[in-house]
Amino acid sequence: MDYLDQLENKSIHILREAYANFKNMCMLWSIGKDSTVLLYLARKAFLGHVPFPLVHIDTAYKIPEMIEYRDKIAADWDVNIIYGQNEEALASKQTFPDGNVDRIACCKLLKTKALNDTLSGNGKRYIFNHDKKAYEPDKNKEPYTGVIVGVRSDEEGSRSKERYFSPRNQENEWELGDQPPEFWNQFKTDFAPGTHLRIHPLLDWTELNIWEYIKRENIPVVSLYFDNGERKRYRSLGCYPCTYSVESNARNVDDIIYELKSGKFANIAERSGRAQDKDDGGGLETLRKDGYM
Amino acid sequence: MRVDVLNPEQQKIDNAQDSDTRQRMDIVIIGHVDHGKSTIVGRLLADTNSLPNGKLEQVKQLCERNSKPFEYAFLIDALKDEQSQGITIDAARVFFKTHSRDYIIIDAPGHIEFLKNMVTGASRAEAALLVIDADEGIQENSKRHGYLTSMLGIKQIAVLVNKMDRIDYNQDIFNKIVKDYSEFLNNIDVNPHCFIPVSGLVGDNIVEISNKIPWYKSDTVLNTLDQFKKEELPINKPFRMSVQDVYKFTKYNDNRRIIAGSIETGSINVGDEVIFCPSGKKSKVKAIEMFNCPEQTKVSAGQATGFTLEEQIYITRGELMTKIGEVQPSLSSTIKVNLFWLGKKPMVKNKEYLFKIGTSRIKARLEEITRIIDASSLNTTADKDFIDRHDVAECIFKLNKPFGFDLKEHITITSRFVIVDDYEICGGGLVRETLQDKESWMQNKVFIRNYKWEKGNISAKDRADKYKQDPTLLLITGNNNLNRKKLAKKLEEILFNDNKPVYFLGMSNLLYGLDADIKDGDKNREEHIRRLAETVNILIDAGILTIVTASELTEDDIKLIKTSLDAHKIKIVWVGDKITTDIDYDLKVDQTGNIDQDSAKVYEYLRSENIFH
Repeated sequence: MDYLDQLENKSIHILREAYANFKNMCMLWSIGKDSTVLLYLARKAFLGHVPFPLVHIDTAYKIPEMIEYRDKIAADWDVNIIYGQNEEALASKQTFPDGNVDRIACCKLLKTKALNDTLSGNGKRYIFNHDKKAYEPDKNKEPYTGVIVGVRSDEEGSRSKERYFSPRNQENEWELGDQPPEFWNQFKTDFAPGTHLRIHPLLDWTELNIWEYIKRENIPVVSLYFDNGERKRYRSLGCYPCTYSVESNARNVDDIIYELKSGKFANIAERSGRAQDKDDGGGLETLRKDGYM
Repeated sequence: MRVDVLNPEQQKIDNAQDSDTRQRMDIVIIGHVDHGKSTIVGRLLADTNSLPNGKLEQVKQLCERNSKPFEYAFLIDALKDEQSQGITIDAARVFFKTHSRDYIIIDAPGHIEFLKNMVTGASRAEAALLVIDADEGIQENSKRHGYLTSMLGIKQIAVLVNKMDRIDYNQDIFNKIVKDYSEFLNNIDVNPHCFIPVSGLVGDNIVEISNKIPWYKSDTVLNTLDQFKKEELPINKPFRMSVQDVYKFTKYNDNRRIIAGSIETGSINVGDEVIFCPSGKKSKVKAIEMFNCPEQTKVSAGQATGFTLEEQIYITRGELMTKIGEVQPSLSSTIKVNLFWLGKKPMVKNKEYLFKIGTSRIKARLEEITRIIDASSLNTTADKDFIDRHDVAECIFKLNKPFGFDLKEHITITSRFVIVDDYEICGGGLVRETLQDKESWMQNKVFIRNYKWEKGNISAKDRADKYKQDPTLLLITGNNNLNRKKLAKKLEEILFNDNKPVYFLGMSNLLYGLDADIKDGDKNREEHIRRLAETVNILIDAGILTIVTASELTEDDIKLIKTSLDAHKIKIVWVGDKITTDIDYDLKVDQTGNIDQDSAKVYEYLRSENIFH
């Protein structure tokens, strides 16, 4: 059993523990490589099925290819997908691209608030109708109390302090200083009414592991990750006003693995192209305490 | 769109091998607060050139500007801050590599307040570096961490006696620490790999052997790390898998009923006979179920897998799957354990806790404390009747029902449990011994009965299909003797006339027949119940809906019956308007005096439960 197998087995175990313990569960899907690997792992864990909905937060500023890819995978893999959006902030132009708020405030409104409202059921949810190939308002308003998220501990400072099963209170706040112990594959699966859980099956994976696994399992990823002839590519995906591409000639997964292992990115942060990290003092901790993923 | 331009002179690191073929090892560094853990890790990184370019100089300059002496520990802090810039360091984990493998050093907090974080970190490690300050000597957490490390299952420990420069490299002081700490470790059955005199500050014996300690001729910390052995997966132990779930996804006409779980120990092949504990149900592995994988005929320890079985049996999450022909697990509800307690509130008697072992969850009570070990001093006390935060105890637990597990001496992995109090994991431990009690007595008999059960060529499903019903025990109890039997007999008549295979089993038929040899009836209630349950089990296996009446059954009686029969095959009807016991019934029938009306109500209930096909 090699290291990727070990990571895969542990993630499957965590996904199955989550499914066995929580009734109202969903998985966040950002369309990026990590949460797509997570989605693929869920299909492995549940033998080809994905027994919970995927939730996507559409900031309306995602790169268009991402949305295309989202709907194609949803249809190809026949998964139940829901999206939510902060329609109010978008309508009143309370966004960074509109020039009315700073980057951090924009993230809080379009991502954190949209996410919290979508999870709680207070915000509008749109569900993909596979027959009509279109989204329609979701009648289900029940809150999701277990949320599976594809964060990795090597991404940035605050994520390294995460547990596999991490409790949040009603306001989605995270108490960093007092986290539950985790050992012997036993996780926090009991929680008081009003709290809910974030589940992190990819915590032990690195960016390199993700690409090696994508290669091994032949998982389709959005083409923005590759150099499509312009000598640049995205290393991390987000909203286009705040995510920059990097100079790179990596045209396929093998090239990316080489780049990460011994090439130009061997010692450079993955999120170096994410502007909001820098505005948050480099740690994302402020954003994440409020519920940012 | 903006393009970030990268510095073309980015250093390249030597990484000739694939990360999926290179060996990886998690090491935890533990010890009392301020004994120099971070300094040692900082030194290890600096002296193996594992730091990003210019980092060391940068931190040194920063110290100079702030007029404070440079310390290697600052490097670790600086790296933690820098993590957002993406260098592979995190708050708890530091990455570095030698020629032989990649290491992750888990920096465990030394402060007692963070013991649960230390446990979280240490439980992921395969080996430990335990740091003791030569000047301060063995302190409380030197011992507590040593003890917990061994309970967590880390077998390889190297003890680093740090700050040797502070005691002028005095060999006598070093020897005294070696002697005292070895004695302590031997008491808890731990044999340290070695003791190394080091100085993180000066760099003695971390990466290079120091000429200031001529009396020490053995390995450096770095060499010692490379000598630690990679722990092998326990594939040679008996097969154990805690059932995580039973999946039946009907989408795409998927008819598979998949038993899912992660294999703890051993291995298993398609065609192997398996048995589930505590139910004692057995079947045969039909196929190994995986998604997007070539077909497999064998799986082993460490794999998250799934099985379909030849014969459909009713099992649920929490059962322990084992292989027939191999050593079987213990089965009991009274157990003696070693336990460490992390809860803010002490563990007390007469309180219900949740006991989690494998994937099963059982309610449990602390029955007796045999001794409490003060983890810091290793003094034991026997006269405390609660377990304090950070105590290690030997105690007896009484569980709500018998379950399957192994003893620490046999298979450590499946002897491990945690305890949940007020929604939090508050302690962990290992099962050392099993003690006898009545449920375990009955469960063991049932386990062997199922193990030895001989089947005909007709399966339970064949019978259920033919008779168009799920054979069920209808248990009619309550506080009025007359109505119960009348109701039962009436129901039998209705069902019989409706062509259902049904049988009314009178209790006296058993008492004066099968039970005739039981002398002192009152004292042998369990044996009476066992025989009743066994008789019903045969009738149900024959496909028959069996009706039994009994006066004022209690939840304890039902628990015993459920030991022998599947809970989903039992329906309990309480007759009468007053509930006089603690029983958890499925249907309550008030006395209307009209037997037709009452029996119709029960019949309707059975139909609504889909007993009849």
